[in-house]
Amino acid sequence: MVNLKVDFNGLKLKNPVLTASGTFGYGEEFADFIDLNSLGGFIVKGTTLLPREGNNYPRMAETPSGMLNAVGLQNKGVNYFCEVIYPRIQHYSTAVIVNLSGSQISDYVQAAEMLNGLEHVPAIELNISCPNVKEGGMAFGTSCASAAAVVNEVRKVYKKHLMVKLSPNVTNIAEIARSVEAEGADSISLINTLLGMAIDVNTRRPKLSTITGGLSGPAVKPVAVRMVWQVFNAVNIPVCGLGGIMNAADAIEFMLAGATCVQVGTANFIDPMVSVKIVEGISEYCEKYGVKRVSELVGALQVN
Amino acid sequence: MKKYVHDLIVYDKQVLNDEYFLLELTYSEPLPDMLPAQFVEVLVENAPGVFLRRPISIHDVDYEKNTLKLLIQIVGEGTRRLSLLQTGDTVNLVYPLGNTFSMPEKPGILLVGGGCGMAPLLYTARYFRDFGFEPQILIGARSKRGLLLRDEYRKYGELLTCTEDGSYGTKGYVTDHPVFTSGKIDVIYACGPKPMLKAVGNWALTSNVHCEVSLENLMACGIGACLCCVQKTIAGNKTVCQEGPVFNIKEIVW
Repeated sequence: MVNLKVDFNGLKLKNPVLTASGTFGYGEEFADFIDLNSLGGFIVKGTTLLPREGNNYPRMAETPSGMLNAVGLQNKGVNYFCEVIYPRIQHYSTAVIVNLSGSQISDYVQAAEMLNGLEHVPAIELNISCPNVKEGGMAFGTSCASAAAVVNEVRKVYKKHLMVKLSPNVTNIAEIARSVEAEGADSISLINTLLGMAIDVNTRRPKLSTITGGLSGPAVKPVAVRMVWQVFNAVNIPVCGLGGIMNAADAIEFMLAGATCVQVGTANFIDPMVSVKIVEGISEYCEKYGVKRVSELVGALQVN
Repeated sequence: MKKYVHDLIVYDKQVLNDEYFLLELTYSEPLPDMLPAQFVEVLVENAPGVFLRRPISIHDVDYEKNTLKLLIQIVGEGTRRLSLLQTGDTVNLVYPLGNTFSMPEKPGILLVGGGCGMAPLLYTARYFRDFGFEPQILIGARSKRGLLLRDEYRKYGELLTCTEDGSYGTKGYVTDHPVFTSGKIDVIYACGPKPMLKAVGNWALTSNVHCEVSLENLMACGIGACLCCVQKTIAGNKTVCQEGPVFNIKEIVW
């Protein structure tokens, strides 16, 4: 029997598989297909202090081995989450994590204070990496000073597990990781989407209303694995890896590169049951290779 | 309604012309209940360059035979790959998805379909017929070859046709058809390209006729999770996959 439990810097997960924000709604959308309680956790849709309508249609374009999106953080605001959605999902016996985004530091702080009071939300994922909003989002995650500033302020009010989601759209991911660690982040998740673009050659128009958008899916996986490995080697807090995970082998690849847990994102659109299949696949891998505890895989990359 | 992921089997495939084909699928157990205007998300396998599932509307359901029909237009690599499926092949579906048309309250039902938008209207007509209604079904296409399966539609209502080139039925767009001046329309259910839906919707609004349209926005997940397929409405952005595909014309902000 493989022990799939992981201790993610105090956040106890029943297994290392979570689902990524923006690809899994509020969990409920998948309840017809899987038992949500069999996941390590799920991270709900990006939430902001005030409601946001998001960007104009079209918001999505299929690309080779992936897709571009420009949803733009459409959500009904943190109040609505706390009063309407939270009561519906708080009973799940898995880690329910809220992805929190904002346009200015005070937005993040106010919303984080409210989320701190939710008993059954053990962690937030601070999104300083959304490429699809005009101000804020990725602007915070692409310089060490602004990333540090937002984490510093949120840390003062958020007392539970603070995970910070980094943008891959930077020159030196390790520097950004070190600066959020220094301000008290409990963990780091990466990568958010890569900034990309696609053009309809027949109309000569961009395929997205915002012209540029975030690339996800297997196309980004090698970039994500590289960045997880670099961050794992740069900080002492644990890493949650994501970017193009489609199956258990992909998830294990991230763990070997240094991820303590992983998030399944875009793959949920192709197979709504894939997250649970990945949990099972990781267990089978461990049995095959005589791994007793899944945590033994973390950073077990052999380079010599 | 509960949604499922099932491996269906191709029971029959009919190539209608070089652009359209019909897939009839069956399942090892009784098919779940499906409603008019609902759709399925089809997994396209063995097609490099195709990443996402393809949303396809439910063309017909035969519960006695335990089959589900999809009328598919070849528009790109995904649908081209699906056109290569053969009897006995397996197709993975997530289904049934989306909402449905409201039940009519008056007898003057007009179903309007343009191009591939005719696909969901067969099951819609059959469904309403089972409730004792006698719908008129107006189908428009560029030319006669796009007016598919006319005898099938005739089973469930009066078929009206029009073509842009005048090769069959009334010449012109669907809104040029004399049915719109017949004074017999109480309710319209439409599916097709946006310009057609706008024209039909505008007629309904000015004529004070109840009108619902089924949209075909680009989508990824199909289950309301990703928010990629949204339509602007008077109540903000709504997902076509989960809150639609059917919207009252009065809700839509084009």
